[in-house]
Amino acid sequence: MTLPFILFFVFAALAVLGALLLIAAREPIHSALSLVLVMISLAVLYLLLGAEFTAAVQIIVYAGAIMVLFVFVIMLLNAGVEERTNWSKLAKYAGLPLALFLLLELGHAMSQWSPRAYGTGTGMAGGLTGNAAFSTVDLSKQLFQKYLFPFEATSILILIAILGALVLAKRDE
Amino acid sequence: MNGVPISYYLVLSAILFGLGVVAFVFKRNIITIFMAIELMLNAVNLAFVAFARAHNQLDGLVFVFFVIVVAAAEAVVGLAIVITIVHNRKTLNVERVNLLKL
Repeated sequence: MTLPFILFFVFAALAVLGALLLIAAREPIHSALSLVLVMISLAVLYLLLGAEFTAAVQIIVYAGAIMVLFVFVIMLLNAGVEERTNWSKLAKYAGLPLALFLLLELGHAMSQWSPRAYGTGTGMAGGLTGNAAFSTVDLSKQLFQKYLFPFEATSILILIAILGALVLAKRDE
Repeated sequence: MNGVPISYYLVLSAILFGLGVVAFVFKRNIITIFMAIELMLNAVNLAFVAFARAHNQLDGLVFVFFVIVVAAAEAVVGLAIVITIVHNRKTLNVERVNLLKL
């Protein structure tokens, strides 16, 4: 066991634990905090994959901004314990097995994956990763040259989202 | 630097996505259902970064950037809708929000 393996398994376990806590928690604030745990573990995994900028954005935007928004709304609405409801028979007997089946199938398909199967792989054996970290300089060049139009489109998207939130949250007079 | 096979990351991504689906279906609180969506988006992001690493191409990271931006916009509008629903219906339980139900 080398250090990357240990780090991967520790933080993968933390991420799965956080996801399970999100499902198990009865109070929304506990779900929100366990989701923060998932996001921070994923940021460490991004660092492990060499994507430094993405890890920073993950912590700043996801674990910071978006989750603060969630916690803020939970406290604003004074959200208490989730009510228990009786599930429909279909959900009770078919839902969980089907969800597990989806999980197993996805896991099986993903574990069979190798870069050569898609023809665009760079010839690394068995899907092992290269050595160099992704350079943020190259990433910004991609973002502002090749993907300039989508980048500008997202700014309009955010503007529309702000206006939409204002219109929705405004009290009807 | 990194000896962990890419398929490990992909399996983790699949597990997180599956758990997100389970949370989306099983939870009754509308805010928690939103969190399940965020969890699924995160799982997809992990797959994007893993594939970017496997192909040594930066396009995957650019897509992650866009996914995060869209997730932020979606969270803003979604939570505004949640606030409006709670103002109108006085409940966070999705089963009580059944105006469109036959």
